[in-house]
This record gives sequence, structure tokens and C-alpha cells, in this order.
Amino acid sequence: MSGDDILLRVRDLRVQFGQGPQAVRAVDGVDFAIRRGETFALLGESGCGKSMSALALLQLVPRPAGRITSGEVWFDGQDLLALSEQQMRQVRGHRISMIFQEPMTSLNPVMTVGEQIGEVLEQHLGLPRRARRDRTIELLTDVGIPAPARRIDDYPHQLSGGMKQRVMIAMALAGEPDLLIADEPTTALDVTIQAQVLELLAKIQRDTGMAILLITHDLGIVAETVDHVAVMYAGQIVEAASRRELFASPLHPYTRKLFAAVPDRRKRGRKLETISGNVPPLNRRFTGCRFAERCDEAWLRCREQAPAWTERETDGETHGVRCLRYQPGIEAPRVVSRPGSETGSGETKPASASTLLTVRDLKVHFPIRKGLFKRVVGHVYAVDGVDLQIADGRTLALVGESGCGKTTAGKAILRLIAPTAGEVIYDGQDLARLPADELRRLRARLQIIFQDPFASMNPRMMVGNIVEEGMRAQGIGRTAEERRQRVAQLLEQVGLPPEAARRYPHEFSGGQRQRICIARALAVEPRLIVCDEPTSALDVSVQAQTLNLLKDLQDRFGLGYLFITHNISVVAYLAHDVAVMYLGRIVEQGPVDAILDDPRHPYTRALLSAVPSLDENGREIIRLEGELPSPINPPPGCHFHPRCPDAMPVCAERYPDPVTLPDGRVVKCHLVGD
Amino acid sequence: MAKRSRPFWLWPAVTVLILALAWWQLPAQFGVRPVYLWTDRLIFLLLAGALFLGGWIRRREHLRQPWVEVFRQRRAMVALVVLLAFVITGLLDSVHYRKPLPMVDGQQGVQYSVEVVTLLDELLGTLREGTEKTYSAPFAMTQLARETVTLPDGTQSRIRPRLRHGGAHLTDPSQRGRDILASGLAGAAIGVGLTMLVWLLLGAILSRRWQTSWRAALTRIVHGRTEVPWRAILVTAGSLLVLMAMTALWSRHWHVFGTDKVGEDVLYLAIKSIRTGLVIGTLTTLVMLPFAILLGIMAGYFRGWVDDIIQYLYTTLSSIPGVLLIAAAVLSIQVYIANHPDLFETATDRADLRLLALCVILGITSWTNLCRLLRGETFKLREMDYIQAATAFGVGHFTILGRHVLPNVLHIVLIIVVLDFSGLVLAEAVLSYVGVGVDPSTISWGNMINGARLELAREPVVWWSLAAAFVFMFALVLSANLFADAVRDAFDPRLREQSP
Ligand code: SF4
Ligand code: SF4
Repeated sequence: MSGDDILLRVRDLRVQFGQGPQAVRAVDGVDFAIRRGETFALLGESGCGKSMSALALLQLVPRPAGRITSGEVWFDGQDLLALSEQQMRQVRGHRISMIFQEPMTSLNPVMTVGEQIGEVLEQHLGLPRRARRDRTIELLTDVGIPAPARRIDDYPHQLSGGMKQRVMIAMALAGEPDLLIADEPTTALDVTIQAQVLELLAKIQRDTGMAILLITHDLGIVAETVDHVAVMYAGQIVEAASRRELFASPLHPYTRKLFAAVPDRRKRGRKLETISGNVPPLNRRFTGCRFAERCDEAWLRCREQAPAWTERETDGETHGVRCLRYQPGIEAPRVVSRPGSETGSGETKPASASTLLTVRDLKVHFPIRKGLFKRVVGHVYAVDGVDLQIADGRTLALVGESGCGKTTAGKAILRLIAPTAGEVIYDGQDLARLPADELRRLRARLQIIFQDPFASMNPRMMVGNIVEEGMRAQGIGRTAEERRQRVAQLLEQVGLPPEAARRYPHEFSGGQRQRICIARALAVEPRLIVCDEPTSALDVSVQAQTLNLLKDLQDRFGLGYLFITHNISVVAYLAHDVAVMYLGRIVEQGPVDAILDDPRHPYTRALLSAVPSLDENGREIIRLEGELPSPINPPPGCHFHPRCPDAMPVCAERYPDPVTLPDGRVVKCHLVGD
Repeated sequence: MAKRSRPFWLWPAVTVLILALAWWQLPAQFGVRPVYLWTDRLIFLLLAGALFLGGWIRRREHLRQPWVEVFRQRRAMVALVVLLAFVITGLLDSVHYRKPLPMVDGQQGVQYSVEVVTLLDELLGTLREGTEKTYSAPFAMTQLARETVTLPDGTQSRIRPRLRHGGAHLTDPSQRGRDILASGLAGAAIGVGLTMLVWLLLGAILSRRWQTSWRAALTRIVHGRTEVPWRAILVTAGSLLVLMAMTALWSRHWHVFGTDKVGEDVLYLAIKSIRTGLVIGTLTTLVMLPFAILLGIMAGYFRGWVDDIIQYLYTTLSSIPGVLLIAAAVLSIQVYIANHPDLFETATDRADLRLLALCVILGITSWTNLCRLLRGETFKLREMDYIQAATAFGVGHFTILGRHVLPNVLHIVLIIVVLDFSGLVLAEAVLSYVGVGVDPSTISWGNMINGARLELAREPVVWWSLAAAFVFMFALVLSANLFADAVRDAFDPRLREQSP
């Protein structure tokens, strides 16, 4: 790349935490360049140093623990790292702005939206008071906030997550920057909102011509919105190319593995590719390739010689990679393709498996109390009449956006939250009405795996005791010795060494912890496991391991899963049946293929279209207006009608009745059937 | 790794048994009659509890690690050495007994003196016995006030009479300065010698642990190349030893801190006050802990009406001014004690009961703070997935409280206990000053300060009581605070997260 269309050029950036030989080199020699007006993505899994690189550009590395040890950041003819803190303040927010992952914590809760944006306008553009307000309203309109003249005086807590992210973007735009750094801007948002925000960023880019540095772990987002991509691993960039080039022919083994690890429909019934092991700790010096321990294509030399950055030209585009296989003058041995990973178990079990659990008209209403005497003034209709059936050995995916009540439904089925009404029938008994001690015995049959592997284990207990806890409560295994053997066996089943039993949870990585949680659930020999977003806190490669394990266990023990998730690609890979939930009710339910191929409910269609995908470029996003309404006052008639592109007059009057279609699915929409 | 390791309570149990046996049997061997005061028993209980807790903590990595960090901080260790000196003094002062009276002819069995003494009194022999008639200044040879005496020639004169004890061994008053200097230097020399001894001993112990030679260990300590700051510890201990040796030598012939109104040595009073301060600071915690922990985590865990009741209880309690509550309770106990003189064998018994009562009352007024903190923390913990997971396994409520909640709030308990300690010591002084503290016959800093009210108004001013109380209290509170700071830093996760 050459010429003056380069806006930002980073050379040999290094960030280090701590001192001496134990120092963690979080960013270890990063080079990249961003052209004016383009979107550049830094892609990588957690801990690879991508966020730290971005913070370093603005000299925002947390001090005194961390510091920038070397590098140059040329921005528009200036070396940013040479600037003083005083001068830097002129750059931040004005020439370069940043938006963060968590809109909740990056807005000041005691200032109104208008004040916060006005502050930026005053500082960087020196606008007078009146003009500030007008400009703020303009900005809010630009980022698509309805009724901006009213919203301007709202406090952050009065806004929803998506709205807050829009306000953050408006704030970032206020200084009219040349470069916007977006650090995982949509990770905390739902897919439909994510689609809105990404579209907004693209539109702003078209209008203003600013460049965007997107930091993300999501291959789907990269596939949709980006011009150039740099893949980071263990503090270094391992591959960089244009998006088209990278997706067409990824070179680095790590990148290729990443692509292969993403679950999708075509990989059903096969095992997902996984990357063994963990990211190496960055507090040591590397002699060879940093990926060598996990690379399937490594050979002796990889451990001895650090690969240099190698660039290739294809169709006039540069494609850089850091791997010895592509380094000129090195003779690499041929790759022995590993057998086994292709062959999974056979495809799905017969559909007529016996019913394991039936949920009928399940309701969970939380009373809202107010005032001195705590009178009930209303209800949150979190779950409002849910019917489900889960069969032996099959997976039912419960899909929906956050706030739709899917987690509450999952917990209510296990009676971790008391259901308000409805039946949960397991083995002829209604769990919702069972007396406490009988329920306690039945609990062994129904287990749960949580989303956050860090919060789901008592940090003060050893792994062995954690796994054993359920067995003790349920009286499985008579002696301590018997239980210990069973724990060892369980740990082995989930791929952990038996010594793990004597260690504490914090010594394990996220993926390993999730496996311990699975072992803990398996300990009591359950028939059904409620998996509450078990992979959403994990990186792609680790997610693949976890999904493989879950699938494997299902094949071996015939477990039934209720898989609660918002991740459609996981659903496509794993589930047999799908239930789509919207505002406390299930709007469409049926076999996975039918629903993914031909969604009938408008909401399902919108949801599926909003999911970024790796390959189709020309897919059309059905844009949903607004956000999920509050479950305190659900809209009358069909809950979806305020946002539904196909809404009819009747929709606002009457909730649609369920219609069963010939292919066995149930849809609740006036469009269908009548 | 050992296959089946010893239970953590083994060594604590052995130690406690030996201690209990000694406390119970040894007095008879020396022909004295032991007196087990209520506070003594509780202190023993506390000691045993601390030993067991220590054993347990050693086995829990998450609790041990912060302590290891504490032990690596120089400031904390210096404070700890000073604290230990206080604690040892307090413990020695908690072994009470009565000595046998000399046999009278025809007497059946041994009679015991009504005066209750402690091991510490035995060590402080001259200090306790060398009383004067009234006030005298530090290192004085004569009384503070003039007295009219009849001289041998029959004339009367107002002079300052020589003291019975202070400087009595000198005939020539001009020798005073030299004597003080000489015994001070001798004391310092002894102190330095003792320090060297400690150093050699420490080197011998550490050389075994480090697997080096004795000499290497000694140099390592001197150069400060150790994880635990042994050099700082040694320097502190050495300074304390020098100070103690000097004071010990001086007080053979002098009153280092002067004497009070009835001629008692002020240094003796200040040292005896240590036990009172420690008892208040620790037993109060012992009283309040069970309430605070149980109620706090129950309120947070069960919520609903349990929470309502507990919240009501502590908001009510903490909205009554503490001093008012304490004053009311202390006064009614005073009346009770006065009306039932037959319940107490000795005056010490009576004073002791009042001390204990004060601890209980202070405990009742001070548990709300910890309770509130624990309730809030449990509230958060309750929503954690691991507690839900335990519920999903059908684990019972109280098992969950014991296994999942309590261990995760223990660090808060530790921080609060250590932080509260110095506050309580100060509270005793204030309350005694106001007149609702310990019994007037109990030796305490509060009572000393209370007495100083009048002394400061005298001419010439008697400042040494106040000064002595101040110096001792300051040393204790300062070292307790420094130590508490280190403990909090090590245990507070919020401070830790900032370092990656
Ligand atoms: S250099 Fe070797 S170990 Fe590193 S990615 Fe290339 S083939 Fe794999
Ligand atoms: S019922 Fe009406 S509003 Fe609801 S999804 Fe169908 S068409 Fe849309």
C-alpha cells in the first residue's frame, strides 16, 4: 500500500504489563495501516491483544501497570505516541473517537444524554450553548434515535441497550473524527439490534467518509462489513488481507481453523474443527512460532524459528501472513491430514423418540410492588404461556433475543424460579406442583448448565468437591472412595485429567470450566439438561470443543437438551427442533430444517435475516423498527405488531391462534393459515 | 503430594489441649489457688479459636494467599511485632491466682490471700510493690508536694521529702544523672545482646528451612534478601527489647513514668491497662460475630419476611444513639452488682463482670455494621449461578449457607474484625472518661485519662499519667491500624483486580 490515502500507520507497537522477566507482553510488535474511508478489522479471540492495541493508539493503556514500550503511530502526519497527554486530549474524541463494548458503563449515569454530547461539542468544536443543543439533536437524529428533542434530556438508565449504543456513537461522532475505533460495538447487543447498529455505522461512513477500526471476535460481522482484516494471535498479527481475499483463501493455519470452528448447518452431524490447547501465556519469550503447540501443520522447525512476516501479491492485493509454511526459502513438509475429524456419529435419531418432558402453558409473572405497603401495582409477564415438548435424545433450541424470557422459562421448568401457572410434566409428575422433598429427589433427572463459566462454580471449593456436590445431595455413591472414582471418571469423560479434582476453578480457562460444569451436571445421571447459553461467553474455537462434547454426550447417553440461545448458527448445527420466543410467548415452533429454510412467522424471518453469515453476500436484511417492548405492558393483539413489517389491522386487536402446519410446526400469526 | 494429609485441626487441638492442661494443673504445683475469671475463660476460648482458624486458613489457598501477602509487607510486620508484644503482655496478665498466706499456728488447711495477682504482676514485682505516698514526677527522688516535717533539731520545715523507693539507693542526690545514664546504658547493652541472640536463633531456624548454612542464613537476613521482611522484624523486635531492658533496669530504682495520687507507679498502671484494652477489643468481636454473621447471611439469603425482621431489628438498634444505650445498660448492671454483693468472692470478680458486661453491650451496639455488609454481599451471591446450581441438585438451604455463602463472605468478616479492633480500644477510653466504662477499680487507660482531668488542673501540672496512657494507647492503636490496613489491602478484591 502506498500513497497518501493512508490515514493511520502503526509500526512495531509493543505494550507490556509489569516489569522484568515476568512481564506480560500483551501487544508484541503490531504493524498495520488504515486507508481513509475504509473499515479495517482487528479480528481475534479474547486475550490476543486486539483491544490493547486500540487503546495504545490513543495512549489509553491502563497505567501504571501497563506501558507502551515501543512503536510509532503515524496519524495524518503526526506520531501520536510522541504527543504529550495535553496534546493527546485534542486528538481523542476529535480526530479519533472510540466506542466501547459496554454502553452501560461508558455513559455517565448522572448526566443527561444532551449534556454528555454537549460536553464533547464544547470541548472540541467550541460551539456556543444554543448551537450545541441544535447540533446534539441533529446528531441524535443521525444515529436514528426517535423523538430526539425529547430524548436529549433523558438519563442513560432511561434508554435501552441499543439506544445507549446509539448515543455512544452520536458522542463519538460529535467531534467529527477521521477515525472511529469501535471495540466490539455490538457484542452486548441482540442480533436484530446488532444489524441496526452495523447498518448505521456503514451509513455514517458513506456520509462522512471517516475510517473505522473495528475490533471484534465475530467472523460473521467481519464477513459483512469490513474492507481489510488483520487476524491477531497472542499479541501479534498473524495474517492480514482484504476481506475478499481472506475469506476466499485463508492462509495461516490459525485462521483456517477459526473458519472451520464456526458451527453451521452444513457441519451438522460432523464434529466441528477445534483448536487444541490454550493461548500460550504471554509472560515468556517465544523462540518459535507462537501457534506451534496448537498447530496441526507444525513441524520441528516451527518450534525453533520464529516466522517472519511474509507478503504475497495476488491480483494486485497484498496478503500478509506470519507462518513458516509461506516463508520463502523454507521447505515445509507436507501436511498429513488427520483422519477422524470428518466422521461424526450418524445423522439424527428417528423423530419418533419418546417424550421426555412436556411443558404446558407455563407462566412466570413477577409482581411489581410499590409504596409503603408494597402493593402490587402490575406484573412483568416474563413468561406468558409457553408450550414445549422435549424428546429423549433430542435437542430443542429455544431461541430469542435478550429479554424475551427464554432464560426465565428455562429456570422455571427446573423450578429454580417459581412458576406462576402451568404444568411441567416429567415422568407423569407435575414438577410445578410437586412438594419440596419429592422435587429434591427428582432434581437428579433434570440439570442445568449456565452461561457464565466463571460465576457458576464456587471459587472456594475444589473441582472435585464441586463435581461431587450433586452426588452427595442425591445420595449417589455410598463411600467417599466410590464418589472419588466417579468424579475422576466424569472428568475424563469431559476431557480433563483426574488431577483436576484437586485444583480450584480459577486455575482453569473458560472452556475448561464449562466442561467441569458439564461434568457436574452429568454426575447425577440426568435425562435432560437445560443449557442456558453455554457457549456464548466462549471464543469460537472453545465453543466448538464444547459443542462437540455436548453432541457426543447426547449420542452416548441419549440426553435430551433444552438449548437456550440467541446464536442461530449454533442452533443450525446442534438442534433438532426450534422454538422461537418473543416477549414471553413462543411464536413459531417446529423441526429445525423447516424453520431455517422457510421461516413463516415474520419475526423468525427478521431474526434469521439479521444473523451475519460467512458466505452469502447479497442477503437482504429485514430491518426491524424499534426494540423489544417491555414485558410489563405487552402491546395488545399480536405482541409483534408494532414492529412487524406485515402487520394488518386485525393484528392489533387479537392475539393470533396457533396454527399447525402439515410439516408439523406451529405458528402464531394471522398471516399463516387463515 | 501426600495421599491422605493430616486433618488441619490436629496441631491446633494438641496445642490447645496442652495449654488447657497447663492452665488447669500448674497452679496447684506451685501451691497457689487459681482464679478463673470469666474474661480469662473467654480469652482462652478466643485463643483456641484463633489457633483452629489459623490451621484451617493454612489449608485454604484463597485465604492463605492474602495472608502470605500480608506477611511480606514490611509495615504490616513491624506493626505485628508491636502487636504481639502487647498480646503477650495481655495474656500473661490473664492468668489470675491467689497466693497462700503464711501459716498461722494451729491453722487447718491453707488460707489464701484475698488479693488476686497475675503472672504479669509476678514479673513486674518491684513496679507493683514500690509504691510511694503520693505524686512524684518521672525519675524523681523527691515527692512532688512539699510536706511539713519535724527536723531532728525540733524545728519544722516544709520540704519535699525523699521517696521511699525512687532513687532511694543514692545518698547523694547529685549522683542521680549518672545513675540514670549508667543503668540506661546497661539496659541498652542487655537489649542489644538479647537481639543478637534472637538473630542467631532465627538464623538457625531459617537455615533449616532454606537449606543453607547457618552463616549464609544470617547474612541473608542482614542484607534483607528474604521474602518475609525478617530484617525489619528483627530491627523492631530489637528496638522493643532494648526499650524493655532499659525500662526494666531503670524501674529497679526509679519511677520511669512517676507515680499517681496514691503513689502507685504509673508505668505499672499503663502496662496493666493493656489487658483491659485487648479484652474490650477482642471479646466484643467474639460476642458480636455470631449475631452479625448468622443474621446477615440469613437476611440476604432468605429475603422476604426473614429479611424484613432482621432489617427492622438492626435499623432500630442502630438508630438509637450508641452511648445512650451503653450508658443505660452499664448503669443498670452497676445497680445489679451493687445489690448482689454475695455473688462475688473478690473485688476482682466484680470488676471483671462489669468488664464483660461492657463487652457484651458494645458488641450488641456494633454488630449492625457487619450485619448490613454481609446482607448486601449475600444478596449478590445468592444470584450467582453456583448457588442456583446447588439448588438444582437439591442441596438444602443451610448446607448452601454453610458451604457456598459463608466461605465467600469470610474475607469481609476478617477485614471488619481487624478494622474494628482499634475503634473498640478507643471506645473504652472514651466511655470510661464519660463514666460509663469499666469499673473504677479496673486499671484501664480510660480510667487513667479520667483521673488526669484533675491532675492537669493542679499546680505544678501532673502530666505523666496522661502521657503514659497516651503513649501506650497510641502504640497499640497505631500498630493495629497499620496491620488492619495491610489485611484489608490483601483481602479486598476490588483493590486486587486493578493489577493484571
Ligand atoms: S509456523 Fe508452523 S506452527 Fe506456526 S502456524 Fe505456520 S505451520 Fe503452524
Ligand atoms: S400476527 Fe400480524 S403482527 Fe403478528 S406477526 Fe403475524 S402479521 Fe405480524
